[in-house]
Amino acid sequence: MTKLEAVIQTSKLEAVKTALHDIGVEGMTVLEARGHGRQKGHTEFYRGREYVVDLLPKIKLEMVLADDMVEKAVETIIGAARTGQIGDGKIFLSKVDEAIRIRNQERGVAAL
Amino acid sequence: MVTEKPWITSGLLLLFLWITVHAAFPQTSGNATPVASGPVASQAERIAKLEQAVADAKGSADNSWMLVSSALVLMMTGPGLALFYGGLVRKKNVLATMMQSFALMAIITILWAFIGFSLSFGSGNTFIGGLSHIFLRGVGSQPDADYAATIPQQTFMVYQLMFAIITPALITGAFAERMKFSAMVLFMILWSVLVYDPMAHMVWGKGGLLNAALGGRFPTLDFAGGTVVHITSGVSALVCALYLGKRVGYPHEPMPPHSVVLSFIGACLLWVGWFGFNAGSALAAGSLATSAFVATHFGAAAAVVGWGAAEWVRNGKPSALGAISGAVAGLVAITPAAGFVGPMSALAIGLLAGVLCYLMVAHVKARLGYDDSLDAFGVHGVGGTIGALLTGVFASRAINPIFKDEQGNALASGVIDGNPGQLLNQFVAVLVAWVLAALGTVMILKVVDLVVGLRVPADHEIQGLDLSQHGEEGYYWEVSA
Repeated sequence: MTKLEAVIQTSKLEAVKTALHDIGVEGMTVLEARGHGRQKGHTEFYRGREYVVDLLPKIKLEMVLADDMVEKAVETIIGAARTGQIGDGKIFLSKVDEAIRIRNQERGVAAL
Repeated sequence: MVTEKPWITSGLLLLFLWITVHAAFPQTSGNATPVASGPVASQAERIAKLEQAVADAKGSADNSWMLVSSALVLMMTGPGLALFYGGLVRKKNVLATMMQSFALMAIITILWAFIGFSLSFGSGNTFIGGLSHIFLRGVGSQPDADYAATIPQQTFMVYQLMFAIITPALITGAFAERMKFSAMVLFMILWSVLVYDPMAHMVWGKGGLLNAALGGRFPTLDFAGGTVVHITSGVSALVCALYLGKRVGYPHEPMPPHSVVLSFIGACLLWVGWFGFNAGSALAAGSLATSAFVATHFGAAAAVVGWGAAEWVRNGKPSALGAISGAVAGLVAITPAAGFVGPMSALAIGLLAGVLCYLMVAHVKARLGYDDSLDAFGVHGVGGTIGALLTGVFASRAINPIFKDEQGNALASGVIDGNPGQLLNQFVAVLVAWVLAALGTVMILKVVDLVVGLRVPADHEIQGLDLSQHGEEGYYWEVSA
């Protein structure tokens, strides 16, 4: 099993979610996040005081997938989330030891 | 028995109806219409009756406007100012900030009943009223002709109370996010008695030093409180900011407003409430109220444009916060002038105030380095001073013939009207207000500092005043829905 974490532009959530659903990804957790990579922030003015906002709003998706789904999911996210601009986000993959469904204690891929 | 209940309820309802109808129209159960007895009333008697009826009608009209105005001015403090300031602070201080305004609505009211009204408007000397109306003695339904001949003195009293409430509430913007609640309460009680009441008496009270209509030494034109309300609060705000020092982390840590949306609603309520503040200061429902209403609105509109344009030029964008701050600055500046100037002068005053207050808040403050959290000085101190001086320039006898010669002919009011000396009187009033506010505030701060201490400990400040001062949060984090 592999955990896929993707940080994407907020405006791409709907497209990514739909595309993942279409290839059979059944569950995910979505978090509102703030962060930055190479993308520069912007400045805001309040009564002449300048504030540099460098932590920008992002969406973070988390899902744990059966290993045979991973590459397909990665391609799907890239396809739906890419604009070609700085700030499109990143995908991280890591191994997961175990998954347990709380309702009936199913384990492993069956619990996903 | 459930089935019996409708009968009991309907029976009670009928009984209640019978009682109210008979209480409201007791004569319906009495004799038939009385027949006029005695001779037909003479013409003189009928005219006297008619005159009385006309006077009563005017009194009712004036009184209704003044009661509405009183409510409007209270609305300026809560929720107007409370929302305006509440949105400008950080999340962790929203309730504490709103609570300061709200607490003053209660505390100043009690103080006003005990002694404040008497010290402001009771007979006294040049500087302060006496104790003639202590505990509101003698303040009833009869008008006090010196102040407002057509409304009950009680209406005048409660209208003036709303001004006494909002003035100290304005100061809270300067020490927001760092003053102890107990210190705020003590400070405001002392400030109201030692700064507000004397200043109100000097400008508006019988025989006050600066009174324009009731025998002042330096007749000052201050229609609705440019000196009394805005200079006193603004200058005291500056002194508070300097005395208390900066907030922990200022100016390195970002402290942007947590909700310009709340501030926006607050500013709109302030604008509407200000019609009661300025047009109500005519103390009657006549054409002077209309004139002040119009000037107020035009001043605010011009200041929105002034602040917005200045910001657009300097930052490349006009902000919502800039627009609403401009409105408040314009309303402040037009306050002393409202009942003395025409619409075109109001536009000029508003435009100037908008631009100058923006420069003060956005540029001068940063250079000087003091932490007036919500710009109480930059808007009220600066806007009030600009307004008080410009009133001396633009005041016109065509709008309000306040100065008269012995034959009752109107004399020139402001500089443009042909009375250059008026600017000197305005300057004296500005100076008196600045000095009284600054000295009074320093003295009171020292006393309060000794008695209860002014600032919350640094860890309480970091935690936020909502929790440390009031034990609650404006935005409670609820995990389950």
